[in-house]
Amino acid sequence: MKITDEMIDYIGALSRLKLQDEEKESAKEEMEKIINYMDILGKLDTEGVEAMSHAFPVKNVFREDVVMPSTDREIITANAPKSKDGSFVVPKTIG
Amino acid sequence: MEFLTTLGLEVHCELSTATKIFCSCTTEFGGEPNTHVCEICTGMPGTLPVLNKQVVEYAIRTGLATNCEITQYNKFDRKNYFYPDLPKAYQVSQLYLPICQNGHIDIEVNGVKKAIRIKEIHMEEDAGKLIHDEATGMTMVDYNRCGVPLLEIVSEPDFENGEEVIAYLTKLKSILQYIGVSDCKMEQGSLRADVNLSVRPIGQTELGTRTEMKNINSFRAIARAIEGERKRQIEVITTGGKIIQETRRWDDNKGESFAMRSKENAQDYRYFPEPDLVPVEISDEWIERVKGELPELPEAKKTRYLEEYKLPEYDVEIITGSKFLVDIFEKAFEVCGEAKEVSNWIMVEVLRMATETATDVEDIAFDAANLGKLINLVKAKVINRGTAKDVFEKMFTENVDPEKYVKENGLEMMNDDGAVLAIVKSVIENNPKAVGEFKGGSQKVKAFLVGQCMKQLKGKADPATVNVLMAEELEKV
Ligand SMILES: [Zn+2]
Repeated sequence: MKITDEMIDYIGALSRLKLQDEEKESAKEEMEKIINYMDILGKLDTEGVEAMSHAFPVKNVFREDVVMPSTDREIITANAPKSKDGSFVVPKTIG
Repeated sequence: MEFLTTLGLEVHCELSTATKIFCSCTTEFGGEPNTHVCEICTGMPGTLPVLNKQVVEYAIRTGLATNCEITQYNKFDRKNYFYPDLPKAYQVSQLYLPICQNGHIDIEVNGVKKAIRIKEIHMEEDAGKLIHDEATGMTMVDYNRCGVPLLEIVSEPDFENGEEVIAYLTKLKSILQYIGVSDCKMEQGSLRADVNLSVRPIGQTELGTRTEMKNINSFRAIARAIEGERKRQIEVITTGGKIIQETRRWDDNKGESFAMRSKENAQDYRYFPEPDLVPVEISDEWIERVKGELPELPEAKKTRYLEEYKLPEYDVEIITGSKFLVDIFEKAFEVCGEAKEVSNWIMVEVLRMATETATDVEDIAFDAANLGKLINLVKAKVINRGTAKDVFEKMFTENVDPEKYVKENGLEMMNDDGAVLAIVKSVIENNPKAVGEFKGGSQKVKAFLVGQCMKQLKGKADPATVNVLMAEELEKV
């Protein structure tokens, strides 16, 4: 499958990314490789094989409903590009 | 041209677990911004979510209470969208294998019964809150609600009007409260609804194009949004326009819906299986256990109250419609065993005090066992009804124990007939004019004389006793 310029622009817009031309080219190349690999997998005969979402035979990993202390918000916001009075600050968005 | 309306609902309900769905932060409402957060619910790289077992338990309970099939092999999926209320840029949800499917809720509107089908119920996480700061022109983000467990309850488009929608929501809310999975406080956003609506001319079989209105959080606003959007769509169609499939924002103050900008509308969530969470397998035993632990649901309770207690249908409808009134009823009944009395007290005094003090039924705080005690005091003729009403007001507002309160304030009725008789005699003696009128044939005057006695007795006598004694004494005059 061919990844077109429109596809890259669309995916970029969904992720709120502004890609430079050369970034678009390399992204196209990489995505095409991934999609083509899926095509190879798609050729395998999976008749009678149940779809799986995990590679490990693990299920039902639970946590009991017990409150533990949260993390200090100074630590939580420490790496944020911008924060104020304990809140993360982001550019204006329509809520 | 006449139009038919087709309505579907997506209801989001915050579960009343102690902790969030994937981390151990508290779900408590409020708190300073970002004080109920950790590395997991803020989506820090390298962290792993671990599912709260209680969420699965509550989801099964909800499914069983709404006649759903429980999906025994469950997975989670990522719903990708980029918006600052979601720190991971995806919401963990269930697209392919929702935990509950194919249920229904029975409603009744104007005497007509109808089943509203539930397509599915899935588990997911709530998002954070954005607050726009006018002063700086920036948006502040608080992740305290982010990761609070949600059930999304999706109905089939079975509603024909707003009344049916409100009946369904009322019933759903009541069920969720009965089974104790959510407090359903709409003003705190723990119950909110998205409405899908389309119209089509009568005779056209194909459904019209639908629009969606998100996060409307009061029953009244939902009813208004439905009416407003229905009118708008009909007007667009009858003036030759076309309905565009889009998300609209209902502005309840203006009474109009507005299209959200198309950029926000890009709904391409690119779902894929959540690799950080392993599948959840629900055994037959698990389902059976939850089924066995389900409390009596509104419908069953209603039938039982009617048969067992022989209460008026209207009273039963009101009481069983709210888990909180049911709790008051059952606790008081346990103490006094007088169903009719308890029901009357709830219908008259409890609801009156709730209205007068602007208290929501769910916030009524007095100990309902005290209502049972109060009824017992009246039954045993320790106090009369008039006194009981005054004591009840104290109970409602200050949660006093009626037995103690009556004793401490000396409110017991005078059960000493001799003392009551003395008062009756003195009243007759001091009101010769009234007595004369009574002898002249005026029955009304008797009530006046009894009233005089009750006044002197400070209301602390059985009016029936006073009546009898008064009649006897008047005979003798
Ligand atoms: Zn957390």
